[in-house]
Amino acid sequence: MSKGLPETRTDAAMSELVPEPRPKPAVPMKPVSINSNLLGYIGIDTIIEQMRKKTMKTGFDFNIMVVGQSGLGKSTLVNTLFKSQVSRKASSWNREEKIPKTVEIKAIGHVIEEGGVKMKLTVIDTPGFGDQINNENCWEPIEKYINEQYEKFLKEEVNIARKKRIPDTRVHCCLYFISPTGHSLRPLDLEFMKHLSKVVNIIPVIAKADTMTLEEKSEFKQRVRKELEVNGIEFYPQKEFDEDLEDKTENDKIRQESMPFAVVGSDKEYQVNGKRVLGRKTPWGIIEVENLNHCEFALLRDFVIRTHLQDLKEVTHNIHYETYRAKRLNDNGGLPPGEGLLGNVLPPVPATPCPTAE
Amino acid sequence: MASSEVGRHLLFQSHMATKTTCMSSQGSDDEQRKRENIRSLTMSGHVGFESLPDQLVNRSIQQGFCFNILCVGETGIGKSTLIDTLFNTNFEDYESSHFCPNVKLKAQTYELQESNVRLKLTIVNTVGFGDQINKEESYQPIVDYIDAQFEAYLQEELKIKRSLFTYHDSRIHVCLYFISPTGHSLKTLDLLTMKNLDSKVNIIPVIAKADTVSKTELQEFKLKLMSELVSNGVQIYQFPTDDDTIAKDNAAMNGLLPFAVVGSMDEVKVGNKVVKARQYPWGVVQVENENHCDFVKLREMLICTNMEDLREQTHTRHYELYRRCKLEEMGFTDVGPENKPVSLQETYEAKRHEFHGERQRKEEEMKQMFVQRVKEKEAILKETERELQAKFEHLKRLHQEERMKLEEKRRLLEEEIIAFSKKKATSEIFHSQSFVATGSNLRKDKDRKNSNFL
Repeated sequence: MSKGLPETRTDAAMSELVPEPRPKPAVPMKPVSINSNLLGYIGIDTIIEQMRKKTMKTGFDFNIMVVGQSGLGKSTLVNTLFKSQVSRKASSWNREEKIPKTVEIKAIGHVIEEGGVKMKLTVIDTPGFGDQINNENCWEPIEKYINEQYEKFLKEEVNIARKKRIPDTRVHCCLYFISPTGHSLRPLDLEFMKHLSKVVNIIPVIAKADTMTLEEKSEFKQRVRKELEVNGIEFYPQKEFDEDLEDKTENDKIRQESMPFAVVGSDKEYQVNGKRVLGRKTPWGIIEVENLNHCEFALLRDFVIRTHLQDLKEVTHNIHYETYRAKRLNDNGGLPPGEGLLGNVLPPVPATPCPTAE
Repeated sequence: MASSEVGRHLLFQSHMATKTTCMSSQGSDDEQRKRENIRSLTMSGHVGFESLPDQLVNRSIQQGFCFNILCVGETGIGKSTLIDTLFNTNFEDYESSHFCPNVKLKAQTYELQESNVRLKLTIVNTVGFGDQINKEESYQPIVDYIDAQFEAYLQEELKIKRSLFTYHDSRIHVCLYFISPTGHSLKTLDLLTMKNLDSKVNIIPVIAKADTVSKTELQEFKLKLMSELVSNGVQIYQFPTDDDTIAKDNAAMNGLLPFAVVGSMDEVKVGNKVVKARQYPWGVVQVENENHCDFVKLREMLICTNMEDLREQTHTRHYELYRRCKLEEMGFTDVGPENKPVSLQETYEAKRHEFHGERQRKEEEMKQMFVQRVKEKEAILKETERELQAKFEHLKRLHQEERMKLEEKRRLLEEEIIAFSKKKATSEIFHSQSFVATGSNLRKDKDRKNSNFL
């Protein structure tokens, strides 16, 4: 046991007491939630460290789905995001291979680690989306897959003898790739997003953004934003889930200025100004992927991974999953919402959690 | 710089290599991964998800933390003082009486803030524990209270429309059990209570008022207590030893249980410092001096090192056990009679049928009772109606009779009047006739007189 540590703490506590003793509350405390003034350091804030250690030990799950017509650069983008060969590109196809008749769902899991943090990353690819002649209802297999994951989680949660940590296969984030036509969204895009924005977090992304000039890009983005708004499509971060003013201003800025992100993906490195960067080499220059002047890949990466990863998971768990669960239990039991799952089985519980017998 | 990129790449490679070697020692985990066809990847650059724990922690800071402590011990043993000392605040002012008829629990919630961490602390105290003459039922209110908190959480979890992330978690995370410093052994009440609580809550036993036990006696006392606990199969909370950074400390602490503590909020000047202490004529017992008592160790273990683990144990072990028992009690199982997994839906449907039937039966019963009551009331009303009618008839008859009698009387009276007037008439005639014979001269004279006047 490190003898040094507690003594310094007591020293700190005592030195805090001697020069500046905080006033003791004169009025006796009422037995209700109150803000107490602490008279010295206790160590409550060490719980942050404890929590951090715990989460680093257990590791994280993250499931990301990419949807878009073939050839838009989905696999390349995912590889660029996670800086490794996460998906095998379909460009190695030869024409004899059949185009899948229906949308297939392929989920591949990886374990990556950085800075002591272990992450189990699952990339869910949807080859065949939007590739047939008749694309009606091609989002249905995707919706089914997402709901199946919720169902799996619900079944685990509702078990009597539950696992300590329920494996999370729910889709946390869906990147939807928009074709850079420069005009507007296609009917397929609108239909897909309309149906799926209610069950999963959708982040629309403009693919192959190196085909547009800066003016074309900003016009296109504005038009896309407007169309999404007009059609009532709430993409992530959803307005209704902003919790406080800080979140709201931050998210508003992202929603109204940056999204949808116009990205370029690449996993080849080139030498530019003495640095090795990821980029695409063309006769007229090298497009640097991580250069904010060239494309918005860095913004997307920071947004999804560095700042909002946890939030994506939380919105999926607290909102989308709960909606699914409520609907499922409702349809099943035919009980009005708000009533217990087990109906009359459990005895009524008083409203306050602690039955203080005084 | 190119070199740094390459360097980082190599570092990751080696990192992955070492990690894979130690990952292969976690055999089952890896095998499961292989079964699921998951590959480990090396990244060629910095992606940035190492900020993930920070994101998680920031979210938790926003939401705030909950911590609930239950203090079980006899009245006057120093529970409130110890809590005050632990959290360095004066929570409560008054003392409880010794004359409570049965054991009650008193819960109070406080909001503390230290730097940017907000803690919702709930202290639950037992009132009147150990004061009764017959202590057989002393532990029951405590067990009931703990169960009630689990129940409330279970109810919330089973709701259709639930909000678990804003739910104020009132489940007890740790129970500080205060042992009297007799110096001998555990009291029977202590053993009984702890045995009933050990599967429901994390118990940390402490020796209260440890300044009444001398150092040598203390060693023996601790040994005696621990051996008694072990021989009676009481499972107290063991500080976790799986994390390397704190394993050594925790293991050492495990050997020092139960902590001998002294609580005090009074400040005494010792040397040139002012410390929390208890002043006696023979010396000063300093609370935060590790030679004097184990208070610092308790605070360290309880708050600084293991608070999160206590919360986790409560949720994953004690709560799950409660939930499992409760659901099994109600007839829900995971596996049906033929050992096929039964989905909740089937069980639910079966239960629902059962309860539908039950409810219908009750409805019928109530209906029948209602109909019967109505009939009875109707009968009563009819009775009264009939009675009234009878009375009315009776009165009417009486009335008629009275009337007839009166009619009779009147007739009689009239007859009498007629008879009387007849008699009067005849007597007058008779009288006038006799008068005429004698009084006719008189009348002539009268008449002449009268005519003279006319």
